Amino acid sequence: MFNRLISNDLPRSRLLAAVLLMILLGLAFAPFLFPGVKALSVAAKVLIFVVLVVGFDLLLGYTGIVSFAHTMFFGIGAYGIAIASNTWGPTWGSIGLGFVLSMGLTLVFSLAIGLFSLRVRAIFFAMITLAVAAAFQTLASQLSDFTGGEDGLSFKLPELLSPSTEFSDEPFFGVSLDGRLLSYYLLFVLALGMLLAMLRIVNSPFGRVLQAIRENEFRAEAIGYRVVVYRTLSSVLSALFACVAGAMLAVWLRYNGPDTSLSFEIMMDVLLIVVIGGMGTVYGAAIGSVLFLLAQSYLQDLLRLASESAAAWPLLSALLSPDRWLLWLGVLFVLSVYYFPTGVVGRLRARTALKRSAPKSGLEESV
Amino acid sequence: MKFLQDIDTRPLLLVPVLALLAWPLIGSGSTWLTLTVAGLAMGMIIFIMASGLTLVFGLMDVLNFGHGLFIALGAFVATSVLGAMGDWTGSGEWWRNMLAVLPAMVVAMAVAAAVGLAFERFIVRPVYGQHLKQILITMGGMIIGEELIKVIWGPLQIALPLPEAMRGSVLWGDAAIEKYRLLAVAVGLAVFAAQMWVLGRTKIGLLIRAGVQDREMVESLGYRIRRLFVGVFVVGSALAGLGGVMWGLYQQNVVPQMGAQVNVLIFIVIIIGGLGSTGGALIGALLVGLMANYTGFLAPKVALFSNIALMAAILLWRPQGVYPVANR
Repeated sequence: MFNRLISNDLPRSRLLAAVLLMILLGLAFAPFLFPGVKALSVAAKVLIFVVLVVGFDLLLGYTGIVSFAHTMFFGIGAYGIAIASNTWGPTWGSIGLGFVLSMGLTLVFSLAIGLFSLRVRAIFFAMITLAVAAAFQTLASQLSDFTGGEDGLSFKLPELLSPSTEFSDEPFFGVSLDGRLLSYYLLFVLALGMLLAMLRIVNSPFGRVLQAIRENEFRAEAIGYRVVVYRTLSSVLSALFACVAGAMLAVWLRYNGPDTSLSFEIMMDVLLIVVIGGMGTVYGAAIGSVLFLLAQSYLQDLLRLASESAAAWPLLSALLSPDRWLLWLGVLFVLSVYYFPTGVVGRLRARTALKRSAPKSGLEESV
Repeated sequence: MKFLQDIDTRPLLLVPVLALLAWPLIGSGSTWLTLTVAGLAMGMIIFIMASGLTLVFGLMDVLNFGHGLFIALGAFVATSVLGAMGDWTGSGEWWRNMLAVLPAMVVAMAVAAAVGLAFERFIVRPVYGQHLKQILITMGGMIIGEELIKVIWGPLQIALPLPEAMRGSVLWGDAAIEKYRLLAVAVGLAVFAAQMWVLGRTKIGLLIRAGVQDREMVESLGYRIRRLFVGVFVVGSALAGLGGVMWGLYQQNVVPQMGAQVNVLIFIVIIIGGLGSTGGALIGALLVGLMANYTGFLAPKVALFSNIALMAAILLWRPQGVYPVANR
């Protein structure tokens, strides 16, 4: 039963299994385990990023395609909820309609980009998506009547999800049962569902073909698979995952703007998470998201401390300033591509494989 | 005219065709001339920036997503150099202004070349032959560089005013042509001619091209292709630095994020050009420059999309770009 639920994609490392279980339990009981507003929003962001990153990994890790348009679909999902709630009022109907419309738009866009640019040289895809994403971001900030421009859109959600709704007067284990808690669990269920769905996708025959294309496009074509079709499908699926993640973001923040969902920095974050967690492993997306968001949320405080204590050396202090967070991110990124190409999951699995001295499966190693 | 038979001439017609198509849309002849010269000048600057990237890709097969970093670096170095030479840039005499801009260019190229050398050693060298990792790691390199620029020059926008004598325009009939644009066309043509000459007519160029075709054979003849290729990367970075100076003076201000912004533009250009062809990059850059100026005049809001539409149209015609690099 459990095996079928995770599509026979076992962690294949005891340590990895333990870490994953800890993350799962931690996220499931986050409101009770980690009190405070900040902790809960970090946990919610982890859930959102798990869905976003796992979709991206389908492209990068499983199919071997680099796309920079992933945040565009993230933005479409978030704007879908935001614009719909703003236009038609805070009802479930408008959320649903906004979601369906943005999924439709994502489908059309990703199909167009996919069909158009996957038939040209594979390397073009990265560059073309970069250009399209940049153009889309400009568009979103220019259509200010519709998207709120640079200021973005704040909106209300149905009563049930709003923080002022109390379901019970008595706090439950010290946590008040309000709409915020319900939103969190809505995200949790969605994220878990999407993660399991992705496991199903990558372990299906379809997923195997994607990996075959990644390993050797020419041979995959020679066996008789239409590479373009599989690539396009993979990019469409990946975009739909991003769209769902965007909708989750909008529901959680009740706000959306270009910097929140479309900025290039988010794209970089996603890339880094995939690389840290391990390309071509669904579990890597989860572990990477947790590690990265913990670092992003709490290391900035550490950097602030370090910068203040280095005040005597201006250059060092400037390097350690919390605003230079991205610098250290970049260093981390380069070092992980250098020394850590298979990511956390790849490393843990390789260790286990070494211990058992069983023949390596080879797939993770060659990514 | 034997050499005309060797090359594919149809893409060469794209630039005049685009310019002629725009004429009736714009209507007024003098406005059209102003826009066309402005577009060609912008295209030349874009070409200077893009030529380094297309060189590095065409010859070394390295996809450098951090190329914009060298452009930003060049522009920021120019702000420092020109800022320090305030009495030369403000004097209004043509030769003193030129003597201020020249060292700015030379220093910018030198700094970009030096950083390029380090970039090749620490970022690019471990990932030769692996496109996916090249994209990832050079992207990381660009983030680091951008943040270091913020540490050195601050995170805010810096003004980079044109020297006195380069401001203003020359009147030709009714058409006003900015002086700086003429300078840009001249520099761009010089860079193009120098590249074609070095690659096509010198021994170094011959060795580089031979090294691309059959590296082991050239090495067995006793030449060090490795060093030659590092040299190509350094020259590419220096060209980006030069392009950064020109672009900074063109925009008259520089921001640390300009590397990432410019990246989008030059990617479009080298995709149109066929990833690796110098001539293709020139055509692509001129097309993008013209298109940006025409649409900026006719419909300002769609200027950025016009480039993407242009790229899409050209890729529908030739999916590999106008001059595909044959050996890949």
